[in-house]
Amino acid sequence: MKEVFIDSAVLGVLITIGAFQLGMFLKRKLKWSLLNPVLVATALIIPALLLLDIDYRVYEEGAKYITYLLTPATICLAVPLYEQIEVLKKNALAILAGIFSGVLTSMLCILGFALLFKLDHQLYVTLLPKSITTAMGIGVSQELGGIVTITVMTIIVTGIIGNILADAIFKVFRIRHPVAKGASIGTAAHVIGTSRAVELGEIEGAMSGLAIAVAGLMTVGASAVFSLFL
Amino acid sequence: MKYLAQFGIIIAITFAGELLNRLIPAPVPASIYGLVILLILLLSGLLKVSQVKETSDFLIAVMPIMFVPPAVGLMESWGILSGNLIAILVILVVSTILVMAVTGMVIQALAKKSGGESK
Repeated sequence: MKEVFIDSAVLGVLITIGAFQLGMFLKRKLKWSLLNPVLVATALIIPALLLLDIDYRVYEEGAKYITYLLTPATICLAVPLYEQIEVLKKNALAILAGIFSGVLTSMLCILGFALLFKLDHQLYVTLLPKSITTAMGIGVSQELGGIVTITVMTIIVTGIIGNILADAIFKVFRIRHPVAKGASIGTAAHVIGTSRAVELGEIEGAMSGLAIAVAGLMTVGASAVFSLFL
Repeated sequence: MKYLAQFGIIIAITFAGELLNRLIPAPVPASIYGLVILLILLLSGLLKVSQVKETSDFLIAVMPIMFVPPAVGLMESWGILSGNLIAILVILVVSTILVMAVTGMVIQALAKKSGGESK
């Protein structure tokens, strides 16, 4: 088994697609929208590799071909952003100022806690992109010298937390404006949160989608600056 | 051959992004330069959405699976994660609440002032 794994470039690809499909299947069957297929696939692949005594590097030798397409796919996020940019025209200043405040809050919060918990520089920059969409977060973490794996995990968990807590947060902080709701979900909890925003309404969904891209771009710049602080 | 042409355009922009990433000494990923280039091309009308649409939709739809291999890397960095698990969880929960609250309150305050209330 081990030899086949080492010799075949596609086996890693096959296992990844299979595990992901199983995650999608479970999500549909159990009708639980927060069952994240990436987490399910990861939870299936890691024990399988450990059981078969296959090194991560051997798996990655094949699986890396999937991740090769990540840069072009991330670039394509410009298309939905372009299509949603009309949404921005009304209330542009309020939306941009709000998203910028959110991004700044995220950076300051992470810096504060990193100092409090005495995290090292590597873990600090690993966490900086945790509120943005995974594709951009991976790039930021890589550029800043973070641990990409942990960035991916924190991004997914952040999305799930935001998705679950959104309604309670809106109630406590009295946020009722649909534009404010949508943009704040997209800024704090990226794509996973957006699935909740879409349920709230059309304006909320569109705003959340726009906020993902805008907050992502602002975070790229902000985390480059904040990475110098610790 | 529509898809091949679309993929060609996207790959050309990817290459331009990689070049900028090399040439400009800032920690900005190649993908972000590429995203901005594509957005400028679309906004300026130099490129029509129809010239990239289908391939772009496909790449975005299959994107989540590209996160699996990096996530499986947890096998190797589990030690660092488990040693800081509580700190990380506190950061995730508190910052997500604060970011959502601040973003929402700022937009609500400013949007109301400008009279842009939408139903």
